[in-house]
Amino acid sequence: MSETWILLGASSAMARALARALARNGARLVLAGRDLDDLGRTAADAEMRGAARAVAVRFDARDPASFDAVLAAAGDGVVNAACFTGTMPPQDRIDADPALIDGTIADSLTGPARMLHLIAARIEAEGAGTIVGVGSVAGDRGRLGNYVYGAAKGGFAVYLSGLRNRLTRAGGHVVTVKPGFVDTAMTWGLPGMFLVAAPEAVARDILRAVARRRSVIYTPGFWRLIMLIIRAIPEPVFKKMKI
Amino acid sequence: MRWAEAEYAGWGRAVRATGRLARPERASALAAIMADAPAPAIGANRSYGDAALNDGGRAVLTTRLDRICGFDRDAGVIEAEAGVRLGDLLDAVAPHGWLPPVLPGTGHATLGGAVAMDVHGKNHHRDGSFGQHLDGLTLIQPGGTAVEVRPDTPLFAATVGGLGQTGAIERVRLRLTRTKGEVMIVTERRVPDWDAHLAALDGAAAPYTVGWIDATATGAALGRGIVEEGATGAGLVPPPRPARRVPLDAPGFALAPPVVRAFNAAYWRRVPASGRTVVRPLADFFFPLDRIGDWNRLYGRRGFHQFQCVVPTDRAPALRAMLEEVARSGLASPLAVLKRLGPGRAGTMSFPMEGWTLAVDLRNTPEAVRLAERLEAAAATAGGRIYLAKDALASGATIRAMYPAHAEWAAAADAADPDRTLVTDMVRRLGLRP
Repeated sequence: MSETWILLGASSAMARALARALARNGARLVLAGRDLDDLGRTAADAEMRGAARAVAVRFDARDPASFDAVLAAAGDGVVNAACFTGTMPPQDRIDADPALIDGTIADSLTGPARMLHLIAARIEAEGAGTIVGVGSVAGDRGRLGNYVYGAAKGGFAVYLSGLRNRLTRAGGHVVTVKPGFVDTAMTWGLPGMFLVAAPEAVARDILRAVARRRSVIYTPGFWRLIMLIIRAIPEPVFKKMKI
Repeated sequence: MRWAEAEYAGWGRAVRATGRLARPERASALAAIMADAPAPAIGANRSYGDAALNDGGRAVLTTRLDRICGFDRDAGVIEAEAGVRLGDLLDAVAPHGWLPPVLPGTGHATLGGAVAMDVHGKNHHRDGSFGQHLDGLTLIQPGGTAVEVRPDTPLFAATVGGLGQTGAIERVRLRLTRTKGEVMIVTERRVPDWDAHLAALDGAAAPYTVGWIDATATGAALGRGIVEEGATGAGLVPPPRPARRVPLDAPGFALAPPVVRAFNAAYWRRVPASGRTVVRPLADFFFPLDRIGDWNRLYGRRGFHQFQCVVPTDRAPALRAMLEEVARSGLASPLAVLKRLGPGRAGTMSFPMEGWTLAVDLRNTPEAVRLAERLEAAAATAGGRIYLAKDALASGATIRAMYPAHAEWAAAADAADPDRTLVTDMVRRLGLRP
């Protein structure tokens, strides 16, 4: 019996890489996002590469009316989910137009959390299922360059921690994934990128973490050390730094 | 769409460009680029010379548009995004009993690039060029309009082999060919000289044939080499040989003439005098060089040029004279290939013609550039043609004479791209769109 996976924000490069890896394992896939033409291509590609079934379904983090249909598309039985949804407007644009904060939080925190709450209820009912929540190292500490996005991702990490607490006692599991710099459209052409990871490497790390029921992973792994150092900097010093 | 400032080079690394690159991940993002700020699509940037460069301008990598969006496994037809790598396509369809109908020497080239260069493979003498196996393609033209391009239309003839000058290829519909299994049964024979080499290639009955040539051998041994004949077969796939990577730019002496001579002699003797038949994974046979990652770094920081021309069948003696000139110069690298081409071509600017094609890698030195100039003149005199996917050195007048229908093609390109937003360094250098 193959696994069923819902991928939220499935047009992202990391989600596409995960869809390919899951397809090779013969999984059933629900590819959820806003660009249905794009998702349809990923679905066809996944079926060609071994997915038992792959469907594209509309999911808009800012439109809760779209949420029920996503879970319905997964059919009955045990469901797993991986959430890649999020947006990162440049901080200077947010500073010029603070209204952008609402959308950033909705895309990266409140929308995903409401959707995952629906899936969590299914996991409790079935007594099994894994949720992978993709946060970011940006959520580990508020930095000058992207602290609104960081706040959303930091909040998402706290949400995932609590959800893990809840689902563990029901037989489910939650993996928090904190990618560093990943080679995607989000980082393409941004200055200051270093040690950029391929989306395929992130997908590999995610599947390994799911298999081993890890709680929090950094990908690539060395980011755990980098963020340990960054978190250890005393605030009086950190507030004067520009990193 | 964000653009990345980049310095980039052709695969030969002898010519470079500085400019802004986009790498869209969705068809809608590619369409937006073509609507707002059209720029040439450069696939995976695997052309050797300057065909995929736009110095001081912008260009679009299509490598993230890499999905197979339709597969009719009974009819063997795929629809796929233009950035799908040919090696990836081979891996995806071979388990279903199908092969891409034409594969060039690297699996890193993209479907869109294969169309834009109308590439040929080891089966060209039988099966023709890449463009002849297309059911159609989707082209996004400057302005952002998506156009369905059917074979046997003028736009198709201008797009296949058309150097990306009619628009960005977004999707390709390709007819696959049946394979008997997932391995290649390869017969390798030593050939002692030029005449034996041509005779062996001419007499080969296998669907895939290619000759490796020892371009350092002179005198009676001129043209000696190894003829490989391959056919697909069923059987266990041999374990892949370990992949290697060239970790850094090799120093100049790595490919010095005595080293190359010694390597080539050993490589030639590797095959027993009586020949041998071996079983290879499909990718190893089609893409032998891909097993060594970044092999272009073997030529050092200055890079290399590949000279590839085709001459009509009856002008084989002229090709022999060119090989003699290469061998005498001592500038050749181990990579030299001789092949029979058939007449198959699908575009106005396609390279293939019925005849013999010779490809030789030359480390980028002033002597090599002068040698390439002499070879180019010899190819022109013989009524031959230079392959634009490889070229960085030829003169515009020579190329325009070699591609006599280029004016007709240029008119079609100008109609599709009136503001000349898709012009590349190669098109500028050769004056292909005057």
